[in-house]
Amino acid sequence: MDVKAIRQLFPILNQEVNGHPLVYLDSSATSQKPLPVIEAVDAYYRHDNSNVHRGVHTLGTRATDKYEGAREKVRRFINASSTAEVIFTRGTTTSINTVAYSYARSNLKAGDEIVITPMEHHSNIIPWQQAAKATGAQLKYLPLQEDGTISLKDVHETITENTKLVAIAHVSNVLGTVNPVKEVAKIAHEHGAVILIDGAQGAPHMKVDVQDIDCDFYAFSGHKMCAPTGIGVLYGKRQHLESMEPVEFGGEMIDFVNLYDSTWKELPWKFEGGTPIIAGAIGLGAAIDFLNDVGMENIADHEHKLAAYALEKLRTIDGISIYGPEERAALVTFNLDDVHPHDTATALDAEGIAVRAGHHCAQPLMKWLNVTATARASFYLYNTEEDIDVLVDGLLKTKEYFGDVF
Amino acid sequence: MSFSNLDTLYRQVIMDHYKNPRNRGAVDGDALTVDMNNPTCGDRIQLQMKVEDGVVTDAKFDGEGCSISMSSASMMTQAIKGKQINDALTMSTMFSKMMLGEEIDTDELDFGDIAALQGVSQFPARIKCATLAWKALEKGVKEQ
Repeated sequence: MDVKAIRQLFPILNQEVNGHPLVYLDSSATSQKPLPVIEAVDAYYRHDNSNVHRGVHTLGTRATDKYEGAREKVRRFINASSTAEVIFTRGTTTSINTVAYSYARSNLKAGDEIVITPMEHHSNIIPWQQAAKATGAQLKYLPLQEDGTISLKDVHETITENTKLVAIAHVSNVLGTVNPVKEVAKIAHEHGAVILIDGAQGAPHMKVDVQDIDCDFYAFSGHKMCAPTGIGVLYGKRQHLESMEPVEFGGEMIDFVNLYDSTWKELPWKFEGGTPIIAGAIGLGAAIDFLNDVGMENIADHEHKLAAYALEKLRTIDGISIYGPEERAALVTFNLDDVHPHDTATALDAEGIAVRAGHHCAQPLMKWLNVTATARASFYLYNTEEDIDVLVDGLLKTKEYFGDVF
Repeated sequence: MSFSNLDTLYRQVIMDHYKNPRNRGAVDGDALTVDMNNPTCGDRIQLQMKVEDGVVTDAKFDGEGCSISMSSASMMTQAIKGKQINDALTMSTMFSKMMLGEEIDTDELDFGDIAALQGVSQFPARIKCATLAWKALEKGVKEQ
């Protein structure tokens, strides 16, 4: 994998921030966009822009072909068995909420259980809190091991005959933990429960095969995998999606509309009320082509090396606390002793280094870690070991700076 | 910009307030109590004020956050003690202006160390940290 050549395709990386070359280490928040994606969106608006699924005219046909072509690219990317199982949404949050509203509210009742983990992003906690309140179901948490992983023994013990739904992150956005989702899916199914996987931090970084995982739902966002913001995907097994009611009603999703009653289009369109995110979907299609050209396995391999290198180098800093397991996705969450993570992030920004600081939309996990906030450096295919060297150097300077003023 | 430019933000007096916060803790007896979070970053503050005959006779804070939010709270409690509540609110408005980079006259109402926070206006991402305590003050007065 030629990272230097890849970086040339990301024009945004070629700039100075506060007088230093930009070192972008916040891809878990959002990834940067390569030229093929920027150009695909640009070309759509220059040449093909039109509404989909209605115009008889040529532009309408072109826009529809590109939009549905992107759906087929997504289908192949995650190995869904049919495009009927690929619903375009606004992002992971909307995808999870669709399942929480439509599936959970009509299939759960008092006495049922929803099982999640304390490492979830808020978007995989709150929809279930609300669904539990609405149905009388109980929300249960899998315990975490000391290193921030889950054990299959605990999964066996927590999921019971009353469990109707399990929702779990593929990869933790704070700890970098890669959860054994295939094994958890098997255990959930043995108890008659369905499983939703929050793939926001999974799909961008590794080969995902929804049929191999055998998950019932898989949710992810385009913007974390080189596509524009505002486009995401909900994968669902056809049998579930068929029986689920739409969440949004209006144009594009109807079959026949009568004065007092209407019928819905077939899958996947019954879940895509209103004019869809056409340019976003086309951008996602281009992002998938780009990622496939590089190779998901090459990306995973590159990131695995970066994660190991980052752990090794960051550990050499005195007074650093690093959270999460040894074996992890390409992100490192940490704190420097006596320096608040916001101050760390501001100091690094002065050196052109972009990291995230705060609670990372995971307040329950912050409580579990017994911290109020942390700093996080996250990596993607365009990052290099030199980026990590710059980070380590920046952190040493940060320590020195705040050590001096204290 | 580099680390030397950070001095614009992290003035010595700010670091002193962060390291040795003034008025940290709880007010004795009944007090106006306000809890305030910065939901985007997790900073939180509890502000307690004793207001007698329109005068802030005591002010204390507790909480967790970065050097800017905690030092700002420390400086604010120091500055509003003994002030008319209306003057404290005027100071809050002036502080917001200062965060927008506007020139303000800090002499009239005795801003004390607060002027040291002027540099925050050059770090837009950190303005919310500096205004957290003042937002708590405004909320408290409104709810009174």
